[in-house]
Amino acid sequence: MTDVISPPRRLRRGRPEWLRGPALIGVVVIAVWVLVALTVPLWSPYDPLAGVAPRLQGPNWHHLMGTDQLGRDVFTRMLWGSRTSLPVAFVVIVSSVIIGTVVGAVAGYRGGWIDAVLMRFVDITMAFPPILLAMAITASLGPGVRNALIAMVLVWWPIYARLLRAQVIAVKQREYVESAEAIGVKRFTILRRYILPMAYTPVLVNATMDFGQVVLLTASLSFIGLGARPPSPEWGAMITEGATQFYSWWIATAPGLAILLVVLAFNYVGDALRDSFDVKGVV
Amino acid sequence: MPFLLFGIASVVFLVSRMTPGDPLVTIVGERNLNNPDIVAAAKAKWGLDQSVLQQYFAFMKNLVKGNLGTSFTTRQPVMHDLWQRLPATLELTMCALVGGVSVGIVLGVLAARHRNKFIDHIARFFALIGSSLPAFWAGLLLLYVFYARFGWLPGPGRIDPRGIAPNRVTGFYTVDSLLQGDFGLFKDSVMHLILPATVLGWGVVGIVSRLVRASLLDEFSIDYVRVARAMGLRERTVVNTHALRNALLPTITIVAFTFAFLLTGAVLTETVFSWPGVGSYAVDASRNLDYPAIIGVTLLGGTAFLLTNLFSDIAYAFADPRIRLS
Repeated sequence: MTDVISPPRRLRRGRPEWLRGPALIGVVVIAVWVLVALTVPLWSPYDPLAGVAPRLQGPNWHHLMGTDQLGRDVFTRMLWGSRTSLPVAFVVIVSSVIIGTVVGAVAGYRGGWIDAVLMRFVDITMAFPPILLAMAITASLGPGVRNALIAMVLVWWPIYARLLRAQVIAVKQREYVESAEAIGVKRFTILRRYILPMAYTPVLVNATMDFGQVVLLTASLSFIGLGARPPSPEWGAMITEGATQFYSWWIATAPGLAILLVVLAFNYVGDALRDSFDVKGVV
Repeated sequence: MPFLLFGIASVVFLVSRMTPGDPLVTIVGERNLNNPDIVAAAKAKWGLDQSVLQQYFAFMKNLVKGNLGTSFTTRQPVMHDLWQRLPATLELTMCALVGGVSVGIVLGVLAARHRNKFIDHIARFFALIGSSLPAFWAGLLLLYVFYARFGWLPGPGRIDPRGIAPNRVTGFYTVDSLLQGDFGLFKDSVMHLILPATVLGWGVVGIVSRLVRASLLDEFSIDYVRVARAMGLRERTVVNTHALRNALLPTITIVAFTFAFLLTGAVLTETVFSWPGVGSYAVDASRNLDYPAIIGVTLLGGTAFLLTNLFSDIAYAFADPRIRLS
């Protein structure tokens, strides 16, 4: 009975409080999609790029979501689509969080003119509707998945910089930070070990919510013709192809459902996280 | 505010110089590169034979004069194109905004009154779908069902392709057709608005209903609501005339954010519905790598976003007396 005060181990190890109901389903959906993206080349039902059946068949037992105008299996292509969308969204979010963290931390902790300059830059970037700026940058760099990715990072990181800066400023006024400064702990160490752990939660929660939005933006850029180009099985590009075969509704339906599922899953998970950690959005 | 405007223009200039290779291509287009006259004129106008700094000043000078260059595809000044197409976008986004905010408030109130009940979950699901739905896909699907399959609603475009557009007064087809006294045309333009406005407005529903629910629940725990309930007022009166009025205040601030969402949605929705607005102009421009047009639209988007922010601040001050006092 010596450790009555410490919280029961079981509570801490068990399922987190937010991981219930729809959020749990969301996590499962995301896990399944990640698994598909990683392993689909091993068990892919058909070749995603080759015509394997008569053209424009409706959904049937052999082709769960029909075939497109080149006789390719739509279901297979939808599965392969996750291999573009998920890694791209992952890279965009992770890079944005890293850049945003560095900029936000430096701006918030140092303050002064560095803060002023960095935050003015953030303000200006955030003054644009994300898709328009991403479109302009991608078009300037030249269409393609890689350039779309660069454009999305450029558009996305300011959100996290602003979020983290606000947190850092709040935490930096705590007494324990002051005492650390008083005993001469190095500034970088204070920032890394004393401030950031207290400040990063809102960034992580928002990053989860944004994951879905980046999947959407990736598909949108491809739909417009600035991201992945049509032969490749990417969800947005597939919908573009489906739009040209308007009366064969299944071609566009499959990738659209895939996007909807993934984004909805991330939204539910992000929502639950936000409620649980009581984090405000960047609105 | 003026600083941000200036910043927006600078970022746009930066982006326009990001193109690998010759900035001349972004101004006159590849086809005209062999024409020495055009190249010389463009060089003089945009200061291309000078340093980057001077180019920047030339860009700003042209901007102040309202000169955004000439679109490669339409061969018209970009400013002229934008002016032509802006009303179509505004008409669509306003319909979506009004519809989306109304449905969002109703859903938010329902969800808050039946907190954690079935209705709450349904409202939340409906709202989350709205922010998860790819607008271009939803548009295609709705067109397929309501236009191609059942023929209940008209197809893409602002009016029937055989119809004649009304004389431009405001540029809003609904308003202009009424001004002409042409009720057939008015009905036609309203019918054409339904599907794209639904697609666009759905996302707004999600944002607004979530906010209204949260702020209503906050109000419910404040004393004046408890007093109103203790006085025996009907629940409907408590919610609608007491709590909701206060809960709606934050909704005003969200309008600016919503507007950005609408602009994003408009880009994609207009493309699917062949809506001749600024959004489809941006997409056409991107597909054809029509740089002056892309830059023009980006500039317009940034400025519009700023203006709505300003507008929502002013509206908030009007709605909330506490802000006016301090």
